[in-house]
Amino acid sequence: MSSRIAISAPEGRPARARRGGKEPRERREPGQFLFSPWHLILIPIALVMLIPIFWMLVTSLETLNETRHFPPDLLPHTVRLRNYSDVLRQVPFARWFVNTVIVTVASVAGNLLFCSLAGYAFARIKFFGREVVFVLILATLMIPFQVVMIPTFLIVKDLGMINTLGALIVPNLAGAFGIFLLRQFFRTLPVELEEAARIDGASRLSVLFKIILPLSGPALATVAVITFLWTWNDFLWPLITIYTPNNMTLQLGLTTFQGTHQTSTNLLMAANVMSLLPVLLLFFLAQRFFIRGIATTGLKG
Amino acid sequence: MADIGLENVTKEFPGGACALDDFCLEVPDGEFLVLVGPSGCGKTTALRLIAGLDKPTSGKIRIGDRVVNGISARDRDIAMVFQNYALYPHMTIYRNLAFGLKERRTPKREIDRRVREMSSILSLDELLKRRPAQLSGGQRQRVAMGRALVREPKVFLLDEPLSNLDAKLRVQMRAELKRLHQRLGITTVYVTHDQVEALTLADRVVVMSAGKVLQIGAPQDVYRRPANLFVAGFIGSPAMNLLRGTASGGQITAGELSFSRPGVPDGEVVAGLRPESMTPAPASGPALTMEIDLVEPLGESVLVHGTVAGSVVQSGAEEEKAIIAVAGSRAPITAIFPDSAQPAPGQRVQVGVPPDRIYLFDAASGAAIQ
Repeated sequence: MSSRIAISAPEGRPARARRGGKEPRERREPGQFLFSPWHLILIPIALVMLIPIFWMLVTSLETLNETRHFPPDLLPHTVRLRNYSDVLRQVPFARWFVNTVIVTVASVAGNLLFCSLAGYAFARIKFFGREVVFVLILATLMIPFQVVMIPTFLIVKDLGMINTLGALIVPNLAGAFGIFLLRQFFRTLPVELEEAARIDGASRLSVLFKIILPLSGPALATVAVITFLWTWNDFLWPLITIYTPNNMTLQLGLTTFQGTHQTSTNLLMAANVMSLLPVLLLFFLAQRFFIRGIATTGLKG
Repeated sequence: MADIGLENVTKEFPGGACALDDFCLEVPDGEFLVLVGPSGCGKTTALRLIAGLDKPTSGKIRIGDRVVNGISARDRDIAMVFQNYALYPHMTIYRNLAFGLKERRTPKREIDRRVREMSSILSLDELLKRRPAQLSGGQRQRVAMGRALVREPKVFLLDEPLSNLDAKLRVQMRAELKRLHQRLGITTVYVTHDQVEALTLADRVVVMSAGKVLQIGAPQDVYRRPANLFVAGFIGSPAMNLLRGTASGGQITAGELSFSRPGVPDGEVVAGLRPESMTPAPASGPALTMEIDLVEPLGESVLVHGTVAGSVVQSGAEEEKAIIAVAGSRAPITAIFPDSAQPAPGQRVQVGVPPDRIYLFDAASGAAIQ
């Protein structure tokens, strides 16, 4: 990653080629498919992964009776788009969607800001107990959520936030993972850049916002994407803290289709498809950051 | 403009390593001062202390009439060029140059005027819209200097700024740097391990070793009157030959070399011979029999490596010689001959040295004997 920052690159390199990050390994015409033996394994696995999504799509277009067929129909024979409008009519889907967007955007923004600040402090500012505090923060990654769930609930309750979106946002504004990832990335940036900026008259915050963060695009994107996914898909915490339908998020709202005596599987799946769309969109736009995020969690960034 | 003073500055790093030991230095206003020494001698530490990037363990640092110990780097009104330039990769050259002025809330028009002026001084006009990665090494180097100077700092600090350039460009930038200093007259402290850079650029050279100042003086002074063995071995390229010898009643004997130097106290001494003052086949005067084992043509002259009877002393910059050192009681020695002498490996030649060009040092203390 740091190869992007070519401050001391030897002379005479073709500068433009280096700016994009990785050098293209092989040129491929758009639309051209190059066969590799790996595809023999990857294609079946991809199919297995796609079947549930496809099944969901098919089910979302069926009548309730058809959903009960056994074995299930994997090929659509009816296309009942009414399911989608039914969902919008029967439950406050738009409201849930907006709630989820608010919670997600706030969490992503919070994580980017606070994890940057904390990550920078842990990476560059020397203070008493820095390593100990950092290790403690890292250690929290190993504590399962179920363990801290009740204490967190009590804190949120004392803050008077139960059954509000605040309950979903505030505990998620910063996370150990983001702090760790950004700290690791910041440490790979040449320290001279910061020293130069400090001599140039920049304050610590100025250095962070004007020098460090603009150079940390990939790491910030990774934190944003992972926070987005986590918040968008979170179910357990909203389940505990939210009980009025109007304040629900999508994942929680979806459960309202699941009754004690009857489950409207077709409507549930239609709602599911709609709640999945933003995630799919994000995945296609930011695929490489997902991969990078997973690849860098164990490495130095 | 300002002068700089370091008084009894000591810098210890955690773990006990002492980078600077009771270091004192005065840099008058407008001087070009070069700190030179082998790696790890504390020269970069001294520079970083002046810049405010590190804090001294003890001692006083003064810039102008202000003690700056408690003042942060940004408020010291200094500028620094880093070895790897540290240009902001995400900004255009224009914004790189303007960054410091912007951070100091200079009016926009003033920024524009100064950036344009500096870029024309350093002929960067064409490059203002590019980014650092699109520039060559020499161009980046100039941008780094421009970024430092555009703020019109009181003190200009450079940390091995030329070491990332290829040899030809280095010579060119060296001259450019000196011209720039003559033009702007900013107090400059320059750190290098390259003694050629030190001699060519400096008004005064500070030779350092192990956190201490060994000698301060004009380049010619340091070259002609090295204060001790270390400076003698470090300044000058190729390094001075140092032969063990004895003094007795004003008569010096070092291997085959024998000459008189009245007033030298009896005892063990070291005789220093600059390769460039040694001549082949002398008519008279002290001489050595040299067995040539390697010849390196330099164009007009020839660098000749060989051995003589006797034993050498290792000092500051003797690593090069150790490579060619031969076993036994013979001492490796280097000389520069005119090309016309046509030396060849395997030859035995007489090498003469004018007696007044032989340096003498006390073998025990290393101090020069005048």
